[in-house]
Amino acid sequence: MERRWLYVALVSLGCFELRLGHAEAAEQAPDTMEARVMACAPCHGAKGEGTNNAYFPRLAGKPAGYLANQLLAFHTGRRHYPPMNYLLEYLSEDYLKKIAGYFAAQRPPLPPPMTPVVSNEVLSRGESIVTHGDAAAGVPACSSCHGPHLTGMEPAIPGLLGLRASYISAQLGAWRYGTRTATAPDCMQIVAGHLTEEDVTAIAAFLASRPAPPDLSPAPEGSFILPFACGSEPQ
Amino acid sequence: MTCCMARLFGWKSVLSIAALAGASMLVGFAARGEDVKPAQPDSSLIAKGEYLARAGDCIACHTSPEGKLFAGGLPMPTPFGTLYTSNITPDRETGIGTWTADQFYAMLHTGRFPDGGLLYPAMPFGSYTKVTRPDSDAIFAYLQTIPPVRQANRPHDLKFPFNNRSLILGWRTLFFKEGEYEPDPNQSTEWNRGAYLVEGLGHCGMCHTAINALGGSSESEAFQGGLIPMQNWYAPSLTSDKEAGLGDWSLKDIADLLKTGVSARGAVYGPMAEVIYNSLQYLTDADIQAMAVYLKSLAQGTPPAPATSNVPSAEGSLLVALGKTIYDDQCAVCHGAEGLGKPPNFPPLAGNQSIEMGSAVNPIRMVLNGGYPPGPAGNPMPYGMPPFAQSLSDDEVAAVVTYIRTAWGNRGAPVSARDANTLRSAPLD
Repeated sequence: MERRWLYVALVSLGCFELRLGHAEAAEQAPDTMEARVMACAPCHGAKGEGTNNAYFPRLAGKPAGYLANQLLAFHTGRRHYPPMNYLLEYLSEDYLKKIAGYFAAQRPPLPPPMTPVVSNEVLSRGESIVTHGDAAAGVPACSSCHGPHLTGMEPAIPGLLGLRASYISAQLGAWRYGTRTATAPDCMQIVAGHLTEEDVTAIAAFLASRPAPPDLSPAPEGSFILPFACGSEPQ
Repeated sequence: MTCCMARLFGWKSVLSIAALAGASMLVGFAARGEDVKPAQPDSSLIAKGEYLARAGDCIACHTSPEGKLFAGGLPMPTPFGTLYTSNITPDRETGIGTWTADQFYAMLHTGRFPDGGLLYPAMPFGSYTKVTRPDSDAIFAYLQTIPPVRQANRPHDLKFPFNNRSLILGWRTLFFKEGEYEPDPNQSTEWNRGAYLVEGLGHCGMCHTAINALGGSSESEAFQGGLIPMQNWYAPSLTSDKEAGLGDWSLKDIADLLKTGVSARGAVYGPMAEVIYNSLQYLTDADIQAMAVYLKSLAQGTPPAPATSNVPSAEGSLLVALGKTIYDDQCAVCHGAEGLGKPPNFPPLAGNQSIEMGSAVNPIRMVLNGGYPPGPAGNPMPYGMPPFAQSLSDDEVAAVVTYIRTAWGNRGAPVSARDANTLRSAPLD
C-alpha cells in the first residue's frame, strides 16, 4: 500500500515537473519591480527620475514612507488626480508600499537645475523663506523639516530638489486651496495657508534653481526635530 | 470607489429612471421599526453571510472611499442625476438596525423598502430577487454584526422628471421580474450553483447586458454586452465568442481570470478590476469553478458580425502601416512582435477577443489610460500597462489600435482618430 502511494506521488511529481517545464518554455514577464512599474514610466521615468513634463514629479530617492503616503492617498481618493486614482484603485496597501520602496531606492542623477525666469529680488525672497522662514507670517524655514540640504528626512518627509518650479507652485497652491490634503495635523496645509502667491512663486523658483548636493539621500530618521507635529510623519 | 459606481450604474443605470424612493425613506422607516433585537445568530451563519455579502459585492457601493464600512454615502453619477448609496450598518436611526430579516428579504426580493417605498434600480434587486431566503437571512445576520455608524443618508440629486418616484413603477413593469432562482433540473448541481451566483448575487447582468435608453436591460438580451453608461467602458458580451464569450476558453483560464484578474487568455481592467478585487477573489475555488462552468455554457458560438468601420479602406491601410511602426517600437517589448504576449502578466493581443470585438472602446482606452489589473491575494503584484495619452497623438492611437485589431489574424475593424479623441475625455473616476 505504501509503495502504491509512493508511486502515485512520484507520478504526480513527474507531471508537475512536466508542466513546469512547459510553463518555462513560454516566455514570462521579468519577475522584477522594474517590469511591474512600467505603467509609471511614461510620466515619472523608469527609475522615477522624472520626465520632460513639468507637472509630473520626480519620485526617485524620496523617502519610502512619503511615497507610500502619496500612493495610498491616490488609492483612496484623498489626493485627487484621476489618472493616478484610476491606476492605483485596486492595488493592495502592501503592494503600494513595495512600489514606494522601489522608487525610494533609486538614485538617478538630478536634472540640471532650472535657469530662473524671475528677478534676483524674487529669487532671494525665495531663498530667504526656504532657509530662514518668515517668522512674522508664521512660516517656518522649508529646511527646518526638509533638511539643510533639502533632501528630506526618513521616513516620510520628501526632498524638494529635482522638481520643476511649475510643479512646486502647483502643489503649494493645492495645499493653500485645500485640494491637496494629508492626515491631520496637516502641517503643509497650515504652512501653505500662510504663504502669499508671491511667496509661492519665489519659493518654487528658488528650489528649482538649486544644484544637486553630493548625496541625494534623505537624512536618517530623527536627524532633526520638527518645529511642529505633522500627521504624515509617524509619531 | 468610483469604478464601482460606474459599474453600478451601468447597470441598471438606468435606473434611475426609476425612482425615488431612496434613502430618505429608509430613514423614515427605520424610525418606525420594531424595537425587538433579534437573538444573536451563530457564528457560522454570520460567516456565511459575510461570504455571501462578498459574492454580492455590497461593499463596492455601500462604502465610500475612506468612509466607514457599509455606511453608504458613495455618489453614483447616472444619466438621470446623482444617487447616494445608503447606510446599511445596524445603526437604529440612520442604518438598518431596526429592520427584521423578513423586511430585508422583502427588500432584496421585491425592490421595496419596509414601508413599501420603491428602491431605485441602481440597487440590483433585479438580480438579488434570485437570492434564496436562507442566503438573505445569512447576509442580514452578518450586516447586523458590523459596527453601527450614525450617518444619515444623503438625499439623491435627480433631475426632473426623474425625481418622480412613480417612474420607478414603469421601469419595474418593463424590466423587473420577481422570483428566486429556480434550478434547471437538466443541468448539474455545479452549473446551477454557477448560474445562481452569476445571475443572482454576482449581478453580472447589470453591466454585461446592454442598457437601453430607459435604463433597463432586456432579458432576451441577457449577457449580450453593452456600453456602461457614464463610465465609457464596454462590458463585453458573455454569450458571443467574438467578445468575452468563453466557449473556447478552458475552465482553468476562466477560473484564473475570475479569481486573480489575469489568465493565459487575457486580463481584466477598468470596472471589472473592482469586481475581482472586492468580490470574486474571496469566493471559494468551488464557487469560482461553478461560475466558470456556467459562463462557459452561455457561449452560443454565434458567427461574428461582419466587421464594420467608418474608416475608408485606403486610410485603414495607412493606419496599419503607421500602427505597425508604433507597435514594434513601443508595444512589442511586452506583447511580442507576433502579439503573443508573455501571459499571464503581459496579455496576448493576438486572438484576444477584447481587442478585436466590435466595440473598440476598451482597446482604445487601454492605450490611452493604461491600467493595472487588480491586485487580489492570488496575484498581489500585478504588472501595469503604461498610459500613452500624453505621448501618442489621436492619429497614432488610432493607428496602433487599428494595427492590433487587424494583425496576426485578428478580425477587428480599423478605428479612426476621432474615435480615439472622443475617449480622451472618458471619465477615469
